Amino acid sequence: MSLPILKFDAVVVGGGGAGLRAALQLSEAGVKTVVLSKVFPTRSHTAAAQGGISASFGNSEEDNWHWHMYDTVKGADWLGDQDSIEFMCKQATEAVAELEHYGMPFDRLENGKIYQRPFGGHMAEFGKKPVRRACAVADRTGHAMLHALYQRNVKAQTHFFVEWMALDLIRDKDGDVVGVTALEMETGQVYIIHAKAVLFATGGSGRIYQASTNAFINTGDGVGMALRAGLPVEDIEFWQFHPTGLYGAGVLITEGVRGEGGYLLNANGERFMERYAPTAKDLASRDVVSRAMQVEINEGRGCGAGKDHVLLKLDHLGAEVIDQRLPGIREISIQFLGIDPVKQPIPVVPTCHYMMGGIPTNYRGEVIDGVDEKIVKGFYAAGECACASVHGANRLGTNSLLDLVVFGKSAGNSVIEYVKTMDEPKELPENAAEFTLARLAKLEAATSGEKLADVRRDMQVCMQQHASVFRTQKVLDEGVANILDVYKRAQNLYIDDKSKVFNTARVEALEFLNTIEVAVATMVAARERTESRGAHAREDYPDRNDEKWMKHTLYYSNGNRLEYKEVHTKPLSVDYIPPAKRVY
Amino acid sequence: MAKKMKFSIYRYNPDTDTKPYYQDYEVELGEHDKKLLNALVKLKEELDDSVSFRRSCREGVCGSDAMNINGRNGLACLTDLDSLKEPVVLNPIPGLPVIRDLIVDMTQFFHQYHSIKPYVIDEQPMPENERLQSPEDRKELDGVIECILCACCSTSCPSFWWNPDKFLGPAALLHAYRFLADSRDQATNERLNDLNDPYRLFRCHTIMNCVDVCPKHLNPTKAIGKIKEMMVSRMV
Repeated sequence: MSLPILKFDAVVVGGGGAGLRAALQLSEAGVKTVVLSKVFPTRSHTAAAQGGISASFGNSEEDNWHWHMYDTVKGADWLGDQDSIEFMCKQATEAVAELEHYGMPFDRLENGKIYQRPFGGHMAEFGKKPVRRACAVADRTGHAMLHALYQRNVKAQTHFFVEWMALDLIRDKDGDVVGVTALEMETGQVYIIHAKAVLFATGGSGRIYQASTNAFINTGDGVGMALRAGLPVEDIEFWQFHPTGLYGAGVLITEGVRGEGGYLLNANGERFMERYAPTAKDLASRDVVSRAMQVEINEGRGCGAGKDHVLLKLDHLGAEVIDQRLPGIREISIQFLGIDPVKQPIPVVPTCHYMMGGIPTNYRGEVIDGVDEKIVKGFYAAGECACASVHGANRLGTNSLLDLVVFGKSAGNSVIEYVKTMDEPKELPENAAEFTLARLAKLEAATSGEKLADVRRDMQVCMQQHASVFRTQKVLDEGVANILDVYKRAQNLYIDDKSKVFNTARVEALEFLNTIEVAVATMVAARERTESRGAHAREDYPDRNDEKWMKHTLYYSNGNRLEYKEVHTKPLSVDYIPPAKRVY
Repeated sequence: MAKKMKFSIYRYNPDTDTKPYYQDYEVELGEHDKKLLNALVKLKEELDDSVSFRRSCREGVCGSDAMNINGRNGLACLTDLDSLKEPVVLNPIPGLPVIRDLIVDMTQFFHQYHSIKPYVIDEQPMPENERLQSPEDRKELDGVIECILCACCSTSCPSFWWNPDKFLGPAALLHAYRFLADSRDQATNERLNDLNDPYRLFRCHTIMNCVDVCPKHLNPTKAIGKIKEMMVSRMV
């Protein structure tokens, strides 16, 4: 069966922060580009980011990118690549100034400069004291950034295919990427998009867990597609549990609350973070705070009837500060729990939030394969779906939005260079869509088997129970067996709705087939890593083991194979920051 | 004891239906199912996977799940099930072509948004760092930039229903004001010229449905009033 073929120089998959920043670079350079997005771009999950975007402007006190780089390396627990980290931190002020130039409505200081607030792990003088580095639009920074980027793309006349879902990568006999197959949701038509370059900006996959701050659309599509195409995913065992997910609802409550002076309390009314992080206290790195909260809960000092959460106190900030700096979380807390934080503390619990791992890239956004980091021609990735790797084993708050714009732009620039080297896209392989069509045909044909909702729930329960804040060999071994069983069942998925027009059941099934790839990768990679580093905390191996484990995991889905490659220890221009004990 | 709730949902699938109809469902709710979206997700998972609606963030920031709920536009993810009279009647947001069930074609809505040039226009060379803006100037944008483009307002506006191609509608006008109010924008005159039209701006008859339904508690009518004031003060 032949499919309609659409030809572009570049196709960007994903219309969130990274995709829009990349698209802008491409559109402004006159590259014939299309952006595919499952949702209208301003509905992307970037909109849910709250607290800020980091850049060492030093608008309120002295700061510089060397300190930002040190914090990021330390936050990453020395698993980040220091060339990528230097690149990002050095570019930060330029990248954020660009956003301001695009019209992003940052909050302002009296002198007219961008307002900056303290955030977890942001320190001055190489870890000595907290510094105000997070550039904020109240607690709606992601929403403001996403809209500003979309608006700038409207100005640049970027071409969008809205409510299109990419299904599979197309690679030719050399392994080069020459396009994607994609589904137009409104009609149900499948297309081949033939392009010189494909740039993935497909976001995270937080929906592998039962309790997640992530949107329904965060289903790991890019990672799923890359894995199915024989490419690896890097450091996927590292998942960030955000300390302050709203108890029961999972909705994010920004770290900016603690940046503005809020703090956590256990059932005894104790500000327990003082015991775990004497200097940074409630503004230690997220993995540190989440573990501390979990210990408090596990040791019986949790709050409420179930003793299963802690409290985030901010009423002492006063209604005026809360309404000016944190209006969104006040609204969320009232909406979802009926609790007004001006009067009462907010019940919170560590909640899955961010995928540190992803499709391996260098700092130019080029996808790299294998221990020898061979460049996959025609393939680029940026944002949460990619692993550059700047976040290593634990991401610092506000470095995610920065990652989107710095690496979105960088990957965009790499695509521009690459597409210039050829007149036409490389030829499509014969039967370029065969794999996709077979997958779709199987789903269409199935009228019984495993119900989507059941398998998806079982995956989420398995991940929640076996790959959570604390992990052990036994729990992970069982987790691998369970998740492989779920994976097997996922191959017999069926849906009742077989219609063509805007079939959201089909979209959800196709999403789930990506999500389950990410879940299996996570569990298998986590089982092997017998140390504690950043967000991967092993009760049976409580210490970091640099000798054996200061290396990146590469997971390939074929045979659930693992390989390991070295961490980049050579920054671009400055001295290497050698591993040290991580104390906050 | 598990609570059950009755729903009556607008159904239309152009593949199979010659005309729309309502289908009734009874959904069993779990203890965490507080919002309308929870019930809809459950309905789709357990009773009928063909019921079609958009959703994403489930916290009122992406603007996907606007629908007409018991006769009033709102976001499913922010609507308390407790607040709803049964059977809960769900319709697509009115005035836009239906693609399927609760999913509408929003082309016209976004066309109007795009037509107001929704970006800061400032052709001067940019400084190395940020442009300066006073906190007072920045404050003008509060109550405007929070818009999530859900279309609850525009699709509850009779003027928009009658002239969706000519009248901008409250959402696009709110954004028109957002750029007029931004001290960094240099195109005030051009923007006001563009709006000075019997339809684009002046079809607003201050019915204020927009204010009533906005899930972010914004006030497009006030923004429209401010645009009119700017036009008047430009003339004197």
